[in-house]
Amino acid sequence: MTEPRVKVATCSLAGCFGCHMSFLDMDEAIVPLIQRIEFDRSPLTDIKQIGRCDIGLVEGGLCNTENREVLHQFRAHCNILVAVGACAINGGVPAMRNHYPLAECLAESYLNGVNVVNPQIPRDAELPPLLEQVIPIGQEVRVDYFLPGCPPPAAAFMEIVSAVLEQREPQLEYQQRRFD
Amino acid sequence: MSRRVAIDPVTRVEGHGKVTLMVDDDNRITEARLHIVEFRGFEKFIQGRPYWELPLVVQRLCGICPVSHHLAAAKAIDQIAGATELTPAALKLRRLMHFAQVLQSHALHFFHLAAPDLVFGFDSDVSRRNLVALIQQHEALALQGVRIRKFGQQIIEAISGKRIHGIAAIPGGMNAALDPGAVREFQDRVGDIKTWCEQTVRLVRKLYLQNRPFHEAFGHTDASSLSIVGGADQLELYDGDFKVIDADGALLHRHPARQYHSLLREQVKSWSYMKFPFLADHSPATGWYRVGPLARLNTCCGIPTPLAEQARVDYLTTLGSPVQSPLAFHWARMIEALHCAEAIGSLLSDPDLSSDELRVQGDKCHEGIGVIEAPRGTLIHHYQINDDDQVTMANLIVSTTHNNQAMNESIRQVAAQHLDGRSLTPELLNLVEVAIRAYDPCLSCATHAMGKMPLLLALQSTSGNLLQSLSRDADGHIQYAD
Ligand code: SF4
Repeated sequence: MTEPRVKVATCSLAGCFGCHMSFLDMDEAIVPLIQRIEFDRSPLTDIKQIGRCDIGLVEGGLCNTENREVLHQFRAHCNILVAVGACAINGGVPAMRNHYPLAECLAESYLNGVNVVNPQIPRDAELPPLLEQVIPIGQEVRVDYFLPGCPPPAAAFMEIVSAVLEQREPQLEYQQRRFD
Repeated sequence: MSRRVAIDPVTRVEGHGKVTLMVDDDNRITEARLHIVEFRGFEKFIQGRPYWELPLVVQRLCGICPVSHHLAAAKAIDQIAGATELTPAALKLRRLMHFAQVLQSHALHFFHLAAPDLVFGFDSDVSRRNLVALIQQHEALALQGVRIRKFGQQIIEAISGKRIHGIAAIPGGMNAALDPGAVREFQDRVGDIKTWCEQTVRLVRKLYLQNRPFHEAFGHTDASSLSIVGGADQLELYDGDFKVIDADGALLHRHPARQYHSLLREQVKSWSYMKFPFLADHSPATGWYRVGPLARLNTCCGIPTPLAEQARVDYLTTLGSPVQSPLAFHWARMIEALHCAEAIGSLLSDPDLSSDELRVQGDKCHEGIGVIEAPRGTLIHHYQINDDDQVTMANLIVSTTHNNQAMNESIRQVAAQHLDGRSLTPELLNLVEVAIRAYDPCLSCATHAMGKMPLLLALQSTSGNLLQSLSRDADGHIQYAD
């Protein structure tokens, strides 16, 4: 009998990719794991449109309208949606820009920056509009689990995927519940 | 009437990068535009924070090379704290941590992202051209990659407490010594790591030379190279002065790292959040340059570890200096990985590493500039503070930003070689990916991309009418739609 396989999708919105890297920090354990899971849309595969998935791991909060679209696609296609890391849960470091009006942040980089030539605020059909505030994903869609940490340790990723495979509630050991 | 061809590398860049090709009446590509659609606002929101927070906050710009940001910020705040010279123990700990970081990042790029292309072929079935297939079909090779990366990450963890976003550097030094037990354990393993890196250099060399004409012509653009270099122009990743050479290899500049602002300027373009750095004594059109492994092996005159030096000499005698083919990035990157493994080996047996003299202090000043070679190239952090220790000005030029124009030139070159008349081909779509990926654009620092990207290509008239589009689905099938 073949073991059950679960479909996993992952994405990075306004995050730093550290959460994805932490997933890979399970090292050699990735080899037996990928016999049991199948990656759908993820930066690790070339799949463009998300299909029906058992679990979606979302890194990062929302900083532009494209992030919002991707998040809604994830919610619509994933049975279980997980907010991974401080940015997805609370907005994280990117949300520090919420203390200033967006226009001031743009001006600092593109108008007043050191040695800037042709100062202008970028504006183009290809650039998705920025949100005035960076927001956590739970403010936009329903979230099933929150995996804390910046980033969560590799063992926490292993636990949540194993729990889905074994159809049980995930249990995070004290050491896996990080807030740094 | 000129037209626009938009390439939307949606998935693998998580919507953070797109390409538009500008085409003239004769179907010649006149320009390629890689749009960076992500904006953070770090320069503004860091204002008002205490300066000693910088290494902790700023590393969260990038989870792939956080140590480079941590240390570039640390070098800047050393100056603010008046620490003109670190203790040997602190300096060596930082260098060890940085070598470990470049090693793990280069391993990640090669094994997890680029190897599937190189091993299976650029035109192989896209649904199988990924890490999962690499593990399934070449488990031994994939495991080597996983273990090289693990070794680097564990050294970082031993020094900073965590593999990603740890705490190690403080103004004027480091916060803790390295446990001697951990040092012995790493010493036992570094031999294998070196061997695997040597094997990988041989593998990349073989793959490159197997299809040499294709590799050499692909995205070929004559560019200047910029990096920092050490004494006697040796390859140097942690500290040194700028060296810039032109496309023929002639010296353009040697320049003190802390005076970056008299060497470089940055142009803003309306269609990207990523700026376009160029040499201040040139125009934006002629002053662009390349950074990263390819550039570093062009600017340096030697590598201070024997195996990597041997590999460098072989690489340059085989390809001719300076190397200008983006696909040679992969080869150069693995030579650097070998150098890191060797350098880690010698640092681990350095007696200074066990000293607990880790911190110096001096007279505080209000400005600091940290320049370092991150895995993807030169990284510049510049800060000013006020009398209350709050940051008042921040300016960052990250590695991928330096390569902005070079990437556009390579894309243009590839598109010019392969755009077939007026219609888009699956081949073109595929090759544009490969060109972008060679630069290992980082991804988080600048675009969030993790290497490969499936593309949506659209052919547009100047009035914005969609003439034709082409995309690839999950099974790797190409679909045309009107
Ligand atoms: S939570 Fe931390 S590691 Fe994860 S994306 Fe945010 S900053 Fe990066």
